[in-house]
Amino acid sequence: MSTFILLTVTGLGLGAMYFLIASGLSLIYGLMGVLNFAHGAFLTVGAYVTWWTGTHVGGGPGIKLLVGALAGLAVGAILAALVELVLIRPLYQRHIEQVLVTVGLALALGALVEAIWGFDARPFPVPAWLVDTTTIFGARIPNDRFLEIGVALAVLLALTAFLRYTRYGLIIRAGVENRAMVTALGIDVRKAFTLVFALGGTAAALAGVLSGVYFGAVDPGRGTSLLIFAFIVVVIGGFGSIGGTAIAAVIVGLIQQYANYYASSGLGDLAVVLLLALVLLARPGGLAPKVAH
Amino acid sequence: MRRVAGIAVPLVLLALLALVPLIGLDIPVVFNGPLDSPGTLGLLALCLVFAGVALTYDLLFGFTGLLSFGHALYFALGVYLMTIALTKWEWGLLPALGIVAIAGILVPLVLGAVSLRVGGIAFAMVTLAFAQAGQVLVQKNPDGLTGGEEGVGLNSDALPDFFVGVLQAKNLYWLALGYAALVFLVVRSAVSSSPGHVWQAIRENERRVEVIGLRPFGFKLLAFVLASFLATLGGVVWLLVLGTGATPTVTTANFTLTLLVMVVIGGAGTRYGALLGGFLYTLADQRLGSLSGSSQVRDLPAVLEKPLSEPLFILGTLFILLVFFIPGGIAGFGQRLRVLRRAAS
Repeated sequence: MSTFILLTVTGLGLGAMYFLIASGLSLIYGLMGVLNFAHGAFLTVGAYVTWWTGTHVGGGPGIKLLVGALAGLAVGAILAALVELVLIRPLYQRHIEQVLVTVGLALALGALVEAIWGFDARPFPVPAWLVDTTTIFGARIPNDRFLEIGVALAVLLALTAFLRYTRYGLIIRAGVENRAMVTALGIDVRKAFTLVFALGGTAAALAGVLSGVYFGAVDPGRGTSLLIFAFIVVVIGGFGSIGGTAIAAVIVGLIQQYANYYASSGLGDLAVVLLLALVLLARPGGLAPKVAH
Repeated sequence: MRRVAGIAVPLVLLALLALVPLIGLDIPVVFNGPLDSPGTLGLLALCLVFAGVALTYDLLFGFTGLLSFGHALYFALGVYLMTIALTKWEWGLLPALGIVAIAGILVPLVLGAVSLRVGGIAFAMVTLAFAQAGQVLVQKNPDGLTGGEEGVGLNSDALPDFFVGVLQAKNLYWLALGYAALVFLVVRSAVSSSPGHVWQAIRENERRVEVIGLRPFGFKLLAFVLASFLATLGGVVWLLVLGTGATPTVTTANFTLTLLVMVVIGGAGTRYGALLGGFLYTLADQRLGSLSGSSQVRDLPAVLEKPLSEPLFILGTLFILLVFFIPGGIAGFGQRLRVLRRAAS
């Protein structure tokens, strides 16, 4: 029983990270039709900036992590907005070219990170209280899992509120549903594009910070390995739906943990791909219809 | 006249390429040794294999408009299954080829039928997920078959003597050339057949194909299986040309991305472009590796030196520039030059 609880909480923690990456991907895809391969690179860059800033400020690991995370999120947002403005915008409506550009960018940014900081994993500043465990029903659960779940929940609530109650949220939701109509009504959707990219970049960088805490270190391959599962989450969740993405992220994280433990290690990844195949056979459009709510 | 040229040009090209191992010509800078030396022939054979594999990818991406991120899976299927059949199961060459051929049709048939339930970008993601599953399977090393990180060495006893060893570089070169020619021939006749016309119609406007009354699914699956089968074959040829065995690098998503880069460099949707892209990319990849470590790069200031010593950084940046400034690749560039010249005269 205690193992089951530990697996569940860990799976939720993993799902939280998937959600943070996939929500940005899903919104970008839903609104602009762009599959952003460079999203993993935003994550890696965010994590590395956090680590680098942490090594340059004084104080305990808590301060290092907090200041580092703020810097990482800012860089993630700025990088993503720049990518949209400089690389994606000129190729407006040419979806294949946009994908190709993000592929090239993913290769180049990944290599750049390796060139600057090397191949080796870098230890992340993690405060002691996050490494400690809390006992729930006999299961000793590392505290960082709660941080991941809490942050993802907060992001989910904030994103939902933003989409539902603000003017920009309204434009984004309308744009996901029918971009041509929004443009026809005289609203410049392109501002929303940059905004969505910046939001996605911030969320990806946040996932990078949390993955650093989760694994205790950051390495150049982190973004790519998480990105593939985020893609699966986006497809299962139905493109452009934040709620569907959240549910899919939880399912994928849990199945991965359970299959890895109860079946055999490494089988979790295969189980997730199998789930994807099943969902596609049953509901090609994913779990939720394409509405950003 | 066009018809004659359409047959004569590839035949003459093939004959010229087939004569290469018999010429002792020295081409400095591009190659280390004369053309008939085993090292140069091995490099050329590798370039030809990837020319063929790039063309199989172009059949999917350039001609049918299917952006797959899992093409490496089928190449890896050929590499791994062949190695395992020869080395672990100790089968003969023909039974091994037989099982590879069967798997090379059945696996893409099943996986293609599932992934083609979604279109466009979602298809790209799903094929990527399947390829990832293949990579995980290889890493997991079931029953010690795939060897995990280390891969499997090839037991060359089962191979005929004329394919083994450095001295047989000529034969391996001809094998690779034969593979590239076969892919060219198959793609050429497939594209100009009636399903081939439907493929190109699907690429241009899938909705319209449906409106005409055809179901795109079957045609797309046909293109998927054909391209994947040819890629599986390419994996076998690659294995024979290198002669060392299976390594997990061929299962990675980055490997599919390099195929994509080859096709885009050459020009998607053109046969010669894809062949040329695969050939030149492999040549550059093999020879530029030494440039990254060269003294000219090392003497640069650190800001420039570090990124430039990463081949993937150069590649990614080049790729972006290519998409922006030369959208049709090498083939498209040539066409545009011709149009410009005609406009000038």
